[in-house]
Amino acid sequence: MSADQIYISTDKPPAEPAALVDDFAPSLITQANHHLCPGCGEPIAIRAAVEAIEELALADRAIAVFGIGCYTAFAPNLDVEVVQALHGRAPSVATGIKRMLPDGFVMTVQGDGDMVNEGLQEVLHAAARGENITCLLLNNGVFGETGGQMTTTTTLGQRTKTSIEGRDPHQHGHPILLSDLIATLDGAAYVARCAVNNAGNVARTKRYITRAYESQMAGGGFSLVEILTMCPTGWFVDTLEGPDYLQDTLAPVHNIGELKTP
Amino acid sequence: MSDRALLEGSEAVARAALAAGCRFFAGYPMTPFTELLEHMAALLPEVDGVCMNAESELEAVGMAWGAATTGHLAATGSTGQGLSLMQESLSEITNARLPLVVFNMARGQGDYFQATRGGGHGDYRHIVLAPMDVPEAVELTRLAFELANQWRTPVMVLGDYYLAHTYQAVSAPSISGPAPEVPDWALNGSSGGSGSAKVISPLGSGVEGEEGFDMGAHYAACAAHIQEMSAGVEPLVDIGFCDDADLVVAAYGSVGKFVRYACLRLRDAGHRVGYVRPITLWPFPSEKVQEAVSGSARVAVYEQNMGQMVDDVRLATLGAVPVEFIGGPSWDHSGFGIGPDITVPDISKRILKAMP
Ligand SMILES: Cc1ncc(C[n+]2csc(CCOP(=O)(O)OP(=O)(O)O)c2C)c(N)n1
Ligand code: SF4
Ligand SMILES: [Mg+2]
Repeated sequence: MSADQIYISTDKPPAEPAALVDDFAPSLITQANHHLCPGCGEPIAIRAAVEAIEELALADRAIAVFGIGCYTAFAPNLDVEVVQALHGRAPSVATGIKRMLPDGFVMTVQGDGDMVNEGLQEVLHAAARGENITCLLLNNGVFGETGGQMTTTTTLGQRTKTSIEGRDPHQHGHPILLSDLIATLDGAAYVARCAVNNAGNVARTKRYITRAYESQMAGGGFSLVEILTMCPTGWFVDTLEGPDYLQDTLAPVHNIGELKTP
Repeated sequence: MSDRALLEGSEAVARAALAAGCRFFAGYPMTPFTELLEHMAALLPEVDGVCMNAESELEAVGMAWGAATTGHLAATGSTGQGLSLMQESLSEITNARLPLVVFNMARGQGDYFQATRGGGHGDYRHIVLAPMDVPEAVELTRLAFELANQWRTPVMVLGDYYLAHTYQAVSAPSISGPAPEVPDWALNGSSGGSGSAKVISPLGSGVEGEEGFDMGAHYAACAAHIQEMSAGVEPLVDIGFCDDADLVVAAYGSVGKFVRYACLRLRDAGHRVGYVRPITLWPFPSEKVQEAVSGSARVAVYEQNMGQMVDDVRLATLGAVPVEFIGGPSWDHSGFGIGPDITVPDISKRILKAMP
């Protein structure tokens, strides 16, 4: 956007209509307004996921299975076929779809509470089976939707509503580093972790997601892209502090990079 | 084409499912359901279908849910504990308006309430069919897929150890028939990018964009659909000798077959007993039961449990006729639902004791 577009003069009619939020949305997002918080990382991650679908020309064969978390509220905004699953259960639902539509493109969108707490067994088995689907983990280290409680990916020392003095390994145990765990399984073809807290990381996110999709379309087996996302509301930090908080709190433990490539 | 053959109940049901067009099955072993999974695993590949060794019942029902969204007929099943694990999904699949057949090979009859009340959370019901033997199970399996497709709802076929493991001569359905056409609502990805991509969700469509999900409107639509099913699904019941019966005995499933035979022998001996055997357990055939017992002085309900269907019989008769429970739990050492008391002499004794 150029400076002229941002600073609209009000002493004469505008030369062009004002740009609306929908004008910036990728075409597979029908409704750019959403109900997620300002500063939330999840819409950024989903945008990257949807742009990659469009760029790989998968829109007419894609089915996205959503778990339950804040991202669920974004599902109706997509112009991609959606199956809404239960909390934790998207990988089995995606499995049933993919087995019946082996030429289709099937992905899941889940949070850390959904995938690593409630549904850990589902994602482990899907990966071990080498199920040819792509799972996206939006990891913000908290149950965002229920108001910022500790999940199993919460890092040591991280303060949440249910680990008020910070996560203490003696009381709360240690975090699960999901991508590291999945990468040890033979059925997993592509495993990567990235983040959306700065422009470089957003570009990296898009790159990793694209590679995961390509792996699925090549019949490679299971792929997982874990994306660290900001949750200023659930972290109880100012909106603008979200990206730095992610860098200081989640990123040192959940290391960014490709863990397994075909 | 179908040939008569001596088949184990589990195999007959598996063949009937494939004949009805079932192309996906997922399950996790548990007695007495296990053999159904084994037969599905052996037979589905013959029709290019898929059978999954799910890692738990939670995943079995999830996989079947996913397969159902593609419009291909899907089924799963289990026993007691496994069915308990599946209930969260069965509730949501009902609200997502998806066809699915669930084979419940129960241990005894203690799971009647779970099967007929909507065993999970939420205000829902789904269709439940209870065959008494293998030939009837073959017929009801066909009907289950038909009703699931017609009403877009889960349909449970409620059997037990006897049904799953008894060999009986049946017209073995040919498994090679064509699968039904994939319906319009099914997903295959192709509506993506059209501006109104399809959504299948227990939370409603949510396609109104800015409105997000309107749960109130969705639950109202779900409730209306369940009322429509309750009124529209034909209630099935097997009735015998009720016209001049002093006592009518109600029972369901394979236990109902024992009761039926006991009544037959008692009739031969001159006792005026009749029987009524509900086949659709939901919707419960209340009017037909009421009609069947209207001339009798008393109703006795025999179940292999502490008394569950007896509540539905009481609701159906609304105090017009006294209703007595004459069954009871009956277990052998295995715990698999084989009832040492499920014998014609024992049942006959209880019936005679209840005679007015
Ligand atoms: C079986 C079950 N347990 C609990 C919940 C409540 N619940 C809804 S969203 C949510 C948290 C989701 O956390 P996460 O997946 O990390 O997503 P986020 O909100 O952080 O994006 C929970 C616990 C539920 N819906 N279902
Ligand atoms: S609570 Fe957190 S995850 Fe949920 S919308 Fe707000 S910022 Fe995003
Ligand atoms: Mg979270």
